Formats: sequence, structure tokens, C-alpha cells
Amino acid sequence: MSDTTPQPDQPRALRPDHVDPRQGDPEITAEVVADHGLSPDEYERIERIMGRTPTFTELGVFSAMWSEHCGYKNSKPLLRLLPTEAPWVIQGPGENAGVIDIGDGYALAFKIESHNHPSAVEPYQGAATGVGGILRDIFTMGARPIAVLDSLRFGDLDTGRVRYLFGGVVKGIGDYGNCVGIPNIGGEVHFDRGYEGNPIVNAMCLGLMRHDDLITGVAEGVGNPLMAVGARTGRDGIHGATFASEELSETDDVESRPMVQVGDPFTEKLLLEASLELIKSGHIVGIQDMGAAGLTSSATEMASRSGTGVEIDAALVPVREKGMTPYEILLSESQERMLVVAKVGHEAEVQKILEKWELEAEVIGRVTDDGMFRVTENGTTVCEIPGMPLVDGCPTYQREGVESPEIAALRDTELPEADEPARDLAEAWVDLFDSPNLGSRRWIYNQYDTTVRTGTVIPPGSDAGVVRIRGTRRAVAATTDCNGRYVYLSPKQGAVIAVAEAARNLVCTGALPTAITNNLNFGSPLKPHIYHQMKEAVTGMAEACSFFETPVTGGNVSLFNETDGVAIYPTPVVGMVGVVADIDHVTRMAFRDPGDVILQLGDNTNELGGSEYLYHFHDLVAGPPPSVDLFLERSLQQAVLAAIRTGTVKSAHDCAEGGLAIALAECAVGGETPVGVDVTLKDSISAVPLLFGEAQGRIILSCAPDDADDLVELIREYSVPVRRIGTVTDADAGLSIALRDREVRVATEDVLTSRANALPRRMDAPVAASADEAHE
Amino acid sequence: MRVAVVTFPGSNCDYDLYQAVKQVGGNPEFRWHRDRGLDGIDAVMLSGGFSYGDYLRAGAIARFSPIMEDVVPFAETGGPVVGVCNGFQVLCEAGLLPGALIRNEGLRFQSEDCRMRVERTDTPFTNRYEQGQVIRVPLAHAEGNYRADDETLARLEGENLVLFRYVDADGEATPASNPNGSTANIAGILNERGNVMGMMPHPERAMESLLGSTDGVPLFESLVASLGGRAGADVVGAGR
Repeated sequence: MSDTTPQPDQPRALRPDHVDPRQGDPEITAEVVADHGLSPDEYERIERIMGRTPTFTELGVFSAMWSEHCGYKNSKPLLRLLPTEAPWVIQGPGENAGVIDIGDGYALAFKIESHNHPSAVEPYQGAATGVGGILRDIFTMGARPIAVLDSLRFGDLDTGRVRYLFGGVVKGIGDYGNCVGIPNIGGEVHFDRGYEGNPIVNAMCLGLMRHDDLITGVAEGVGNPLMAVGARTGRDGIHGATFASEELSETDDVESRPMVQVGDPFTEKLLLEASLELIKSGHIVGIQDMGAAGLTSSATEMASRSGTGVEIDAALVPVREKGMTPYEILLSESQERMLVVAKVGHEAEVQKILEKWELEAEVIGRVTDDGMFRVTENGTTVCEIPGMPLVDGCPTYQREGVESPEIAALRDTELPEADEPARDLAEAWVDLFDSPNLGSRRWIYNQYDTTVRTGTVIPPGSDAGVVRIRGTRRAVAATTDCNGRYVYLSPKQGAVIAVAEAARNLVCTGALPTAITNNLNFGSPLKPHIYHQMKEAVTGMAEACSFFETPVTGGNVSLFNETDGVAIYPTPVVGMVGVVADIDHVTRMAFRDPGDVILQLGDNTNELGGSEYLYHFHDLVAGPPPSVDLFLERSLQQAVLAAIRTGTVKSAHDCAEGGLAIALAECAVGGETPVGVDVTLKDSISAVPLLFGEAQGRIILSCAPDDADDLVELIREYSVPVRRIGTVTDADAGLSIALRDREVRVATEDVLTSRANALPRRMDAPVAASADEAHE
Repeated sequence: MRVAVVTFPGSNCDYDLYQAVKQVGGNPEFRWHRDRGLDGIDAVMLSGGFSYGDYLRAGAIARFSPIMEDVVPFAETGGPVVGVCNGFQVLCEAGLLPGALIRNEGLRFQSEDCRMRVERTDTPFTNRYEQGQVIRVPLAHAEGNYRADDETLARLEGENLVLFRYVDADGEATPASNPNGSTANIAGILNERGNVMGMMPHPERAMESLLGSTDGVPLFESLVASLGGRAGADVVGAGR
């Protein structure tokens, strides 16, 4: 392990003054330091920066800012590998959210963020506040949120605990987003024992603005007032950032509950409207969410971006209860709060806007020129820290990564006889749809308002969600993707696939992939095999993003996703956005008319590793994940977009988990009116991998018979393999795939039923089942 | 036609209603709930959302908002008032419509397209529909389960005040087509005078084929048509 941080320079005047310990605060001991999640080395560095022993308040501030959550101390060197620039990127990483140009004078702010730890402890509030936080990251940029997505992972749905977590998370996401009035347009959920102890809850938000409306989190203008805006500060969520940077243990769901924040979406809605009005009013220079590490991180980060200092009087911060110490006020993660830097002399105007929205705004401090983060309490200084080393001086670690031999062995495992002559393939086809991973997601998105704001062109349940931009011909598409099994078995390849699949999902809707936000969910980076996963995955993601010209404009890192030493699958979630240049090009996944020709782009392979088939039928996560060819993927994206722009493509669907048979069936039953398919596959590949293998780089299109020849010709110009594999039929004819040696046929109705019931039969019946468990 | 679209703290479909009115040629105006006075307004719309966070009960606090002191007399003198989703809940709480909306039978927020049958076309809200027409409109609510006492229900049915009913594709009001457990599959009702209407589904979200349905357009066109060229608050009721 090596510490790669440049030692912070200590410019002359930036030694903090002596600060007396505050009466009643604990003394600083090695134990207190350890409780704050700081190593002895890190503490030593703090003393060097301070030139003295820090006060308890100062120690708390360092602890929060130097947590993984705020300081990225284990991930920063890796994050530097990611491409972040492109001509259309207006704001890259380092702000509340990334911003890209989407044409016609509009810009899109977007970001993804995790709330894994709180959701493991209190799923409803954990997930709800995750949505709240990501909405605030978007509207503090001056953008109006127009859509949310959620990327979720849970253990298998066969225990009451997992069903409780899943149900609570979905309800939390729904209740919060529904109340604020932001449509949910998609996302993904996977169930696998690899997430048994630690669910993943990543929420993504998209916001729309005119270019002129962009504002950032800066504390410019010495003498400008700092104002606390929105909800009052309470004792909830203190040290949430530090908590989110530690492993969970069995007792955590009880002991850690006070660290989980409680959300109020009604206040959020008011704060959203008030913030956008404030930003438009011209009375403020900067605004930032008081998110992780609350007032501390917002104030210090805003000052750091402008090279200024800030001075805050903790006694002026509006609080929910009496007797809160500066320590608590600085580290509270109470929700629905903003820190605003107003123009001096405009305080009353700011307050007037907040009052209209029935919220408070109070002056709590001012911008200074000495670079210090200074906090007073009724005139007495309780905290004085040089801002630069606090924000940027967090030690960063580059570790040695070593692949786990067990996982390497799993990848090299001999897989079960690929052909499985004994298995009834028709039965398997229907049964796979009963897997919670392939069943319909309706149970989830029926709890989300998907149509509010009247912009949703493609709601959840498709390859990607699409929202139109009113007053233009444009639309934006968004998706989240990551198959943790692939990344577990082969981190780099798995990450490449995550980016490639996201891009395929977007082009299937007619959108050009434009940029990504990422959420790196991993176990403890202190373990060499986890660090190996991180390093390889980020390397793979960087490679694919460079290749597809989809820069990373920001995101989130969530480490220490472990319970009792067991880590989650490495899950670097890709949240990708794309632009549909003309609304007429928006394409859906479902087949439409009997008689239409079905085209398959990309080749079938004899690969079965990491598949849902192996998990579902053999309880196996093994084998190498499918191979991926970036060059072919990019050609495929270009070919599909060119095809869609001819106006003759009637449907487009990515072939992903569950393989070709599942993708075809989804095309058949995924629309308003189910249809059948009559497909012939002549490949010399065993039936199981041919039907259910998850070969990459495949997309299913359909078109009218008269258009098929032209489309095939066009696609071939991109050197993409393409062939007619069959026709769309009436639903009554069922789904039929003829292989070389046999025909596999299922009734459309059977697929519909199996797929529709996969989640409800587990989640609705289990209400009773969990009650039983409670009685036992 | 000037339509006041009321924004309570927590309303979130006001923008959508505004766009829908504009689309059919009306002149919508946002009204913040503290802004008093409805002079010159031809119709009032209370939008969906979560006024006051649905705290206490959906609509229970919004009915005390300052603007309701103007909306109630506006309605009582025959001015057309439409409440959609949370707006319907507010109208019930304010006593402008009978009955109440309780938690959905499934105890979950329910968001999906529903089918409704238009039960009457001689109203200012439905004159552009055909009698018995089945329309498809999105709904999204947690508290849309309509309840009233037997006497009120008998009166609603007897006086033909049920305006929309949840039905299946064949136009039958079956239990399976009822998304929230509403009594008699009631999706929307009228007051006795015929000038106040509340409904749970969102016609303002069914205005463009791009977004999946245009079945909400006739509702807004009906309102504009029934007010066409006439001003003032006392023209409606004429629909009956």
C-alpha cells in the first residue's frame, strides 16, 4: 500500500489559531480517534495540518470530510482513469452533478448516487432519502428534475428479510418521487445471493435546464452571506458519511438506525420550487445540498471551489431541538436543507422567496478571504481548520490488488453439460420467466408515478426510459446497467459489458449514447481481492467509455458493502444518458404486427458462463462471462441508429440476461397486444447456449416485409452480422423456435402468466409468510 | 376562456393541467393558493399532487387554503370547478362533492393506465365524448378508493351523478377493472348542480398520442366549448 497524496502545502498564514476545547466535549484520545474511523497515520497528518491537537468538533469535521464517502480516499487514484471530457460536456466531475449539452439551447444535468448502507438498516427511509438527495443534486445545478431511475440489488427473494428490504425500498423510492412529482422512467433490479446482507440502492436523476440557468456550488465574493435554507437541522444522520464508509455487522440494523436520515418529500417539493426560483432571481451566487456530512461538506466544498474561506456561527443555524452542540450541527445529515451563498444586501429577497414556499432562510455566516473553515458559537471559536487540506488533503491510497483464487477457480469451472438432453426446453423457457430476474417489473413500477409532468414517452419496462423535451423535436433516454455476476467472475470484462449493454439499451430506443454517471459499489478496498475488482472494473469501464465516446461526468463511490466479512458482487453501475435527435425516431421493444420480419443483429455463441440459466437451474455463478468486442459493439450501435433513422424499424430490443429466447419472448409479450413468433435458428451450437446463453452484441429488430432487404443491406454496410430469423405471428400461434434438430414451442399465454407472476407471487403471498415467520 | 389552475404547496400536476388547457385553446393561469380573487375567471381547476404532503389526510389541509374561500363561492354560484386526483380529494374535503377517498384496497400506490366509461355526455366536462365511450387514461394515486354512505350512493346513482366508472376493455364495470376498490367502480362524480366534477385518473396526461393516449382531449375541449365566447362565473350548470 502506498499513500499517493501529495503532501498538502502549508502556505504561511494558514496555521489555525489556538482553540480552547469546548466545555463538555470529550477529550481527544486514541480511542476517540479510532471511533471516528481515522487511522493513526491519518490522525498524525491532521495534527501536522493543525499544528496542534484538534478539538472534538474539529476531529468530527475531519472524520466526515476524510471518510471514503466524501474524500474518496480509496478510489480517487482509480477514478482518474476515467475519461471525463468531450465537446458536449458542460460540467464534468466535482460538482453536484454533471451537465451536458443536448442541443436547442438545453442542457441535461444528471447523476447517480447510492444509499446502500441506510437502506440495509431501514429500507423505506434509506431509499426515500436516496431519492431526495439525488433530486437536490440536480436542482442545485439550476435544472428541473424530469425523471428518476433506480438500480437495485437484493438477495434471493426466498427469505422474509429480503422481501422486507425489497418491499420497503420500492415503497420508499415510490413515496418520495411520487410526492415530489418526478416520473420514474426505469432502472433495473437483480436478485442474487451475492447481495444477501447488503442490498444496493442507487438512484439516478435527470434534470433539464437552459444553458443560461447553470449555477454551481461556489462560495464567491468575500463578505457574501451564507444562508441555511429549507428544513431545520436536527440530530438525525450524524456521521452518516462515516457510517456509509464502514462494513455492516449483524447488530447494525439496530445500532445504526440513528445514523439513518428521515425524509420529507413535501418539504423537498417546496425546496425544489424555491431553489429554482432563487437561482432564476439572480440574488445568489452559489447553492449546494447539505448532503453527506451536511453543513460541513457543503460549506467547505463551496469555499474550496472558489479558493475562499467561510465563517459560520453555529448558534445562528436554525435547529429542531435545543442544546445541539456545534459538533452535531456541523455533522447532522438532516434532509431537505441547502446552503446558499447570497449576494450581500440581497438577504431579504432570498428570505422573501423562501417564505413564499413556506420555508426558512437564515444568515449563518459569511465568505472570508483567509481560506479557513471557521465555526464560532456565540462569538467563541470552536473550530478553525485550513480549508484546502480539509477538502483536498485527504490521504488517498493506492493498494495492491490480487485476484481471489476462489473466484478465479469459479471462472474456470467446468460448466454442466451444455446440451442437457434431458431438459424440456419449452418448460425451461417458460420457467425462466418465473425467475425474479426475468419476470415482469410491473409489481415495482406500478408503485411509481411514471407519467407525471407529461413527458414520458417510454415508461419503465423497456430497454431504456425516454422523456421528450417539450417545445423541441428532441428527447432524452436513460438507462442503468450492470450485471454483478459478470463483474464478479471477470471484473474488467464485466464492466466493459455494463457500458456496452447500457449503450445498446439506448440505441434500441433511438438515442445516441452521450455520457455516463457511475456508481461504484464494492466491498472493502482494504482487502486485496476487492481492490483488484475495483481496479479492474474501473479500467474496463474507462476503456469502454473512451471507445464509445461516453465520458463520465460524475457519480458516486460506495465501498465497504460487506456484512460479517462477506462482500457484495462488485457492482459498478452505469447510468447512461442519450439524446434522441427527432422524436419520430423513438422506438419501442415490442413486436407490433403479425407478418413482420424479425432480424437478428450480432452472432450467437456457445457461451453460458455467468448466465441466469445457470443460476436458475443449477444454482451456479460460474464460468467466464460472455466475451465482448468493443469494435463490434460500436458498429452495432451505429448500424441500429442508422436503421432506426430510416423510419422503417418497427421495434428494437437488446438481447441480454436470459439470452435470445428470452429476448424474443419479451418482444412478443412486452407490448400492449401480445403476438407470437416463428423463428428458425440454424447455428451449429448446442440448444441451451443458443437459446439461453448471454452472448453480447446482439439486438433484435422487426420491420415490415417490404423493408427487410433494404434494412439488411444498410446494416451490412456497418460490417455488422445480420440475418432474418423469422416472422411475427398471431398470439394464438404461440412462440416457436426451430433448431437444427428440434422445435421448441410454448404458448404465448404461458409466457405471459409466468412472467407476470414472478414478483407478485413472491411479494403478495409472502405478506402472510412473513407474518408466520414473526410468530415463530 | 380563462382557467385558474390552483397550486397548493405540494401540487405537482398543475403544470400538466396548464399545458392541457393551453393545448385546446384555453387561457390557463397559475394561481398560488395564497393569491385571492377569481374575478374574470371562467373555470377553476385543482390539480393532482400531494398538497401539504397529504399529511393528516389527502386534501384535508388544502381545503383551508386561502384560495378555497374564493373557490367555494365560485362553485356555489355555478362556476365550473374540476378536481383531478388530489384536486378531487380536496373537493370532497371541502364539501363541494360528496363522499371521501380512502386508501386503495391494495394498500399501495397504484400507477397504471385505466379504462373508464363515460356515463353522461350532457355535462360541461364530457359533451365531446360519446355516451358509454370507453377511454384510456393514466392514474397514479394511493388514496383513490371512493366511499360514501348508502344514501349518498343511492343519490349519486339515482340522479345520474357518476360521471366516470372503471371498466374493462368491453366497457364492463368488473371487479378486475377496478384499480383501487372504489364503490361501484366510481372514478369520477358530479355535484347535483352539475358544475363541480372530481375524478381520480388524469385526463391531462392523455393529450398526445406520443405519450400513449389522446382520450383526455375531449374533456378539455368540452369545457372550452361549453364556455365558448361567454365570460363570467355563472354560465355553467347550463350543461344540464
